[in-house]
Amino acid sequence: MATAVMTTLDPKSRAASRGLSDISIRNLFIIPTIVFLIVFNIFPLLYSLGYSFTDFRASTNAPANFVGLANYRALLNDPFIWSNFAITAKYVIVSVAGQVLVGFGVAMLLNRAIPFKGLITTLLLLPMMLSMAVVGLFWKLLYNPSWGVINYVLGLGNFEWLSNPDMALYAIAITDIWMWSPFVMLLSLAGLSAVPKHLYEAAAIDRAGPFYTFFRITLPLVAPILMIAIIFRTMEAFKTFDLAYILSSQPTTEVISIRLYKMAFQEWQTGMSCALAYIVLIMVLAITNIYVKYLNKVKER
Amino acid sequence: MRKTVTGILAGIGFTLACGTSAFAQELTIFWAEWDPANYLQELVNEYEAETGVKVTVETTPWSDFQTKAFTEFNAKGSAYDMVVGDSQWIGAASEGGHYVDLTEFFNKHKLTEVMAPATVKYYAEYPANSGKYWSVPAEGDAVGWSYRKDWFEDPKEMEAFKAKYGYDLGVPKDWKQLRDIAEFFHRPDEKRYGVAIYTDNSYDALVMGVENAIFSFGGELGDYATYKVDGVVNSEQNIKALEAYKELYGFTPPGWAKSFFIEDNQAITENLAAMSMNYFAFFPALINEASNPNAKGTGFFANPPGPNGDQYAALGGQGISIVSYSQNQEEAFKFLEWFIKDETQKKWAELGGYTAHAKTLESEEFRKATPYNEAFYQTMFKVKDFWATPEYAELLIAMNQRLYPFITGDQGTAKEALDALAADWNATFKKYGRMQ
Repeated sequence: MATAVMTTLDPKSRAASRGLSDISIRNLFIIPTIVFLIVFNIFPLLYSLGYSFTDFRASTNAPANFVGLANYRALLNDPFIWSNFAITAKYVIVSVAGQVLVGFGVAMLLNRAIPFKGLITTLLLLPMMLSMAVVGLFWKLLYNPSWGVINYVLGLGNFEWLSNPDMALYAIAITDIWMWSPFVMLLSLAGLSAVPKHLYEAAAIDRAGPFYTFFRITLPLVAPILMIAIIFRTMEAFKTFDLAYILSSQPTTEVISIRLYKMAFQEWQTGMSCALAYIVLIMVLAITNIYVKYLNKVKER
Repeated sequence: MRKTVTGILAGIGFTLACGTSAFAQELTIFWAEWDPANYLQELVNEYEAETGVKVTVETTPWSDFQTKAFTEFNAKGSAYDMVVGDSQWIGAASEGGHYVDLTEFFNKHKLTEVMAPATVKYYAEYPANSGKYWSVPAEGDAVGWSYRKDWFEDPKEMEAFKAKYGYDLGVPKDWKQLRDIAEFFHRPDEKRYGVAIYTDNSYDALVMGVENAIFSFGGELGDYATYKVDGVVNSEQNIKALEAYKELYGFTPPGWAKSFFIEDNQAITENLAAMSMNYFAFFPALINEASNPNAKGTGFFANPPGPNGDQYAALGGQGISIVSYSQNQEEAFKFLEWFIKDETQKKWAELGGYTAHAKTLESEEFRKATPYNEAFYQTMFKVKDFWATPEYAELLIAMNQRLYPFITGDQGTAKEALDALAADWNATFKKYGRMQ
């Protein structure tokens, strides 16, 4: 099978005349990538797994002692860590749901013949192209209660977006929605334009209502590609750091990656933070797996 | 062919030889990105003029100063020869073997007498009272207050204040008056607010703000020699102090839940608050009309005493240490010898650095040089600091976690917050076997 996929080297090519076989060319391209992956991904991954069972602190010269599952036990018994996870979950749900609604909605609006469609689409993609840190700093100014433009436009007076512990997480989610809805929009647009026109024509002939058409034709056909967008956004939202770190320091916005950063690089509890990173990794893997299962099911239909 | 190869090799060898000899003539000092670091660069340029040794002050923003420095230390990197490290680091850096032991240097130059005692105690010595020294006090710093003199001296305000509180409006003589004045000037409908305090909980801002209250109320964070915290950090005085700090938060401008030195200076420059807490290191910007339109109407005072007359302030500032992994330690020692000279310290103060040099501090010339130097001089002999144990960061984060929701979010009571903090700290000390 594999050989059938590979095209054989043209015997007249310069590579062939230098005595390189197609196997050696394949190795030449693939081995560096594999070495790179092993050195910078797989090795640290396994190494940190080892550290997660020790009390190692990178800031001291003391040797690491094996402590078994003590780190995991301590973390899973820490009410602050649980609240960090709860905050992260809330953030993921709000922000991904918002992005799907806004992104898909805009894609529906754009999926028709309108003038300057290309230009509008490109302009809508701009937020996504900015750096996270820049977006964070900008929105911090926009949200400012004393001179921020948001309160001015909405007439909210001195409403405190970021200082109010109950509001801050939503304020960050709104920023994230603003930034990443275009991503969902782009993928949805690709999905929407691939829906065969004759299906809509057939539905129109059968006098199907707009809701029926949407839920029976549009949504099922766009679902696989929308699922991919959701998987990406969920993984990203779960790992979110920059926006939350820059915008607010409320305990109610301390998502798990901020806690992890503090534990690893402020407290230098290297062993403990490796354990926390593994817990996060397992959670992300589990959630992604659920999505992928669902995606496969959607595709089968 | 062989000739070419020999030529290239010789060339490389020559470059390397030149490179290393040029290398020995260079020193790198690592510090945070702020005005004093620029003053230090100006100072060390004179060292280069005198000795030919080029000294570079490399900086990074405060928020990742600690992370960057320790990442370099942990990797045993030689990028920095010296570091002007925060006072809390000294435990972690000395126990971790990152700093060169300066005890001999200290004793030889009698630095315990040359430098102000508080700076020696908190910037240089670790463990407490051990007689072992790890850094030379470089930038002395503590928290002080700036205020709107023009608002305070307005006859109408003075009359209204006297009628309401029964005493004259002026620089607060204790924390009670500080609170009254903050309340008096707090007028949200006029977009004027009472006071600006530290509330940022991402590093040590909030904790240092609260420390000003705790220390002046006669409280302590714990016994730094025995690690006893029960009944100390959650003492009656500390509960009152924390409540007082929370009360002040009620008189801050809107959106004041993540503020540190930038915001607190803005409170004065943008006409937001009547009084503002900040480090002395940031006061030069307030007397400069280019950065503060209200420069003429800005005054300064030392952290006021608490109800029992205790008067202390939270210590900031840094000492300069030699990094163990530096390849130019000998040069670094020579530099430090130059740095502690009387003339150098005098020049350092003139450039805008806050010297810790006792003789310079006490001189009339220094105390009269700026409107805040007198307050700085008084404060530097009445300062206290946070824990300096290697696990200080964990203590700091626990304190942020417990106090922040109470101060800014109105959750729980001061007693609950401090009791929980005492339990957290006990658990941390137990984990590292600190309790005897």
